[in-house]
Amino acid sequence: MTTPDRPAEQPFLEIKDLSVAFPTEDGLVRAVEGVSLSIERGRTLAIVGESGSGKSVTAQAIMGLIDRKVAKVTGEIWLDGQELIGLPANELQALRGGKVAMIFQDPMSSLHPFYRVGDQITEAINAHRSMRAKAARAIALEMLRRVGIPAADRRIDDYPHQLSGGMRQRVMIAMALINAPELLIADEPTTALDVTVQAQILELIASLQGEFGITVIMITHDLGIVADVADDVAVMYGGRIVEVASTGVLYAQPEMPYTLGLLSSIPRMDRELSARLEPIPGNPPSPIQLPPGCVFQPRCTYSDRVAGGTCLNVRPDLLETAPGHLVRCHLPAEERRQISQGVLNVLAGGS
Amino acid sequence: MTTETGEILRVSDLRTYFPVRSHALIPRVIGQVKAVDGVSFQVGSAETLGLVGESGSGKTTVARSVLMLVRPTSGQIVIDGQEITHLSPKALMPMRRKAQMIFQDPYNALNPRHTVGGIIGAPYRIQGIEPPGGVRAAVQALMERVGLNPEHYNRYPNEFSGGQRQRIGIARAIALRPKLIVCDEPVSALDVSIQAQIINLLRDLQQEFGLSYLFVAHDLAVVRQISHRVAVMYLGHLMEMAPRETIYAAPLHPYTHSLLSAVPIPDPKLQKERSRIMLEGDLPSPINPPSGCVFRTRCFQAQERCSVEVPPLIEVAPGHQVACHFPVATLPAGIETALATLENQPGVPVRRPQPAGDQVSSAQLDRLPADGRPDSTPVRPKVRVGRSR
Ligand SMILES: Nc1ncnc2c1ncn2[C@@H]1O[C@H](COP(=O)(O)OP(=O)(O)OP(=O)(O)O)[C@@H](O)[C@H]1O
Ligand SMILES: Nc1ncnc2c1ncn2[C@@H]1O[C@H](COP(=O)(O)OP(=O)(O)OP(=O)(O)O)[C@@H](O)[C@H]1O
Ligand code: SF4
Ligand code: SF4
Ligand SMILES: [Mg+2]
Ligand SMILES: [Mg+2]
Repeated sequence: MTTPDRPAEQPFLEIKDLSVAFPTEDGLVRAVEGVSLSIERGRTLAIVGESGSGKSVTAQAIMGLIDRKVAKVTGEIWLDGQELIGLPANELQALRGGKVAMIFQDPMSSLHPFYRVGDQITEAINAHRSMRAKAARAIALEMLRRVGIPAADRRIDDYPHQLSGGMRQRVMIAMALINAPELLIADEPTTALDVTVQAQILELIASLQGEFGITVIMITHDLGIVADVADDVAVMYGGRIVEVASTGVLYAQPEMPYTLGLLSSIPRMDRELSARLEPIPGNPPSPIQLPPGCVFQPRCTYSDRVAGGTCLNVRPDLLETAPGHLVRCHLPAEERRQISQGVLNVLAGGS
Repeated sequence: MTTETGEILRVSDLRTYFPVRSHALIPRVIGQVKAVDGVSFQVGSAETLGLVGESGSGKTTVARSVLMLVRPTSGQIVIDGQEITHLSPKALMPMRRKAQMIFQDPYNALNPRHTVGGIIGAPYRIQGIEPPGGVRAAVQALMERVGLNPEHYNRYPNEFSGGQRQRIGIARAIALRPKLIVCDEPVSALDVSIQAQIINLLRDLQQEFGLSYLFVAHDLAVVRQISHRVAVMYLGHLMEMAPRETIYAAPLHPYTHSLLSAVPIPDPKLQKERSRIMLEGDLPSPINPPSGCVFRTRCFQAQERCSVEVPPLIEVAPGHQVACHFPVATLPAGIETALATLENQPGVPVRRPQPAGDQVSSAQLDRLPADGRPDSTPVRPKVRVGRSR
């Protein structure tokens, strides 16, 4: 991907110290805390993590979709030189569906059940530019073809319920891409789909990304999908980013014990069958009662290797362990690498 | 690894159809969903049969039919030697001691107004059984066994996480020491780190109690981890059934190949280099399934014969059954070795996969002129091996 003329130190999207908290009856839900990320133009960043780790809330914050009346949002989000958190609602509205677009897990939640899919797409066009109805329809039709809807000239007049899950997701993608976004956020876009359809949709997103040079944030909990599509990966746990690396590094040299735990728990078809899986013990923390030290500490098998109960009491920072590779863990880097290589060797069938 | 000492479940030619009604004021039956259309298999004692397939292929309907939670349209179901399809709901009660179910959704499967103790103890009450030491002691022992804190006896389901709720469902299912547990997507709603805990628990319980599982799931890696044998379903039919090693290492059905190759592998190098079969389209409607082989509208191997003749499920090797007129061995890497072993088996029709362009595609089949020869309209190849990137 070629980068246009711009200062190299300024990434296309940069999130600085983003926090989102929801005051609720049960207490303050700290959904996202101190998330910092940056993405270069044209690349794909995957965000992985367990349910409740804050992936969707992060995405919603970038899209300006978090209701300020119910949540406290702090930090900065810079998109192509423009700060988004301080932006007035009407300017955010103009960005959404234009320069930035989003695809959700459940297409039915963003397709209106009573309107024909073609009309919904032309409405999305009209929200950002004025155009004659006929021309808009032609563009919509072309995009439906482009995303692989068979017999698009007939399907354009269908209602969402007349389409299969995979086709609805294609319509969603068509709608997201109709105004040529520069940033596409896909929040679990294939979780509701079968593997064969998932493969189609992921390939579609990848090819459209290549064609239009779109920057993609792919939110998923599936490490197979990450391996398939991502250039870089951010691992989230308990509302924070605990590890960031390029995809190859994350799978070959993970350092954060949680990442290691994730890689150990998944059954893998490409490996000799092991008698037992190695799950991460325990359950993820409640965002209302986060542990005071490292949020992963209650489930971490290595916390006693750090002297003085530091893991219990002190929040670790996200620090660079190698260029482009950030880890949030108190363990010395050398020790983390040793642990990691040991675990990965066992997983690969060595001893 | 299979310890086959007997047969716990035998399903023969199971058909479960659902009526489709019109939306009129007085609805009429206007068709049938053939959710399960002639499925046969058996499960041995202490054995796990994995059942995989796409959404809508009929897995849940098989699972529910086996326990008579929906009434099959026809066919036989024999649990531990007893045929149950003709039994009245009352006569089914003793069978429920032998066969239990675990559901996908740990959130909806548990009654939110009952305590955990009440939920796990329900099977005793329903069956009128007083376990030695009393229900409470028995339930607490079960809670301990599945990894729940017995002190949480009086808590309500909403106080538990998804993984813990699934443990509650498992404790309830094993309360009566059944022989068979039908698991419908028991880990699909759970995070991977929790999934692994539950899979390990199910395996331990199997070894401890000699349980048999019918394990329904769409995640092929999970099914491989837990199953001794695997059955692949598509649109109400079994496509292939074989011991685990065979299904994953040497499948023969084009659909099994497609499924396996669609699963992304969590290794960026392997995943980006590997070639894959890309199936086009979606599952057809089970109300109006394709003629002949139900997979033919998406199959890269489809020939004329596939549209007219239903392929029967044939045993091609001991324990390996395939329903396909033109089965294929490994595609395309390793094809020589796999085919070689296959060609040595008499009676197995083997076709080497051809370049996609030369094939009669299913789209062409749909437009077959009267003389049966495809017209000359070029169609997109049904299979693309490799990635477009
Ligand atoms: N509007 C809200 N009010 C209160 N809490 C919220 C709200 N939205 C999200 N949360 C909480 O914030 C936390 C993070 O949620 P988020 O949706 O980002 O998780 P996620 O990582 O996307 O999980 P999943 O994989 O389940 O989609 C969760 O504990 C969630 O319950
Ligand atoms: N009670 C019902 N009435 C009418 N149709 C039904 C009923 N239950 C299931 N079906 C239909 O039968 C077919 C098979 O459904 P089933 O739930 O068994 O599939 P499945 O393989 O379990 O899918 P999934 O992976 O989505 O759970 C589907 O087309 C479904 O719509
Ligand atoms: S900081 Fe401590 S508890 Fe947290 S991951 Fe590292 S070793 Fe484990
Ligand atoms: S080759 Fe024919 S019979 Fe075999 S799966 Fe394909 S369509 Fe069905
Ligand atoms: Mg989410
Ligand atoms: Mg189901």
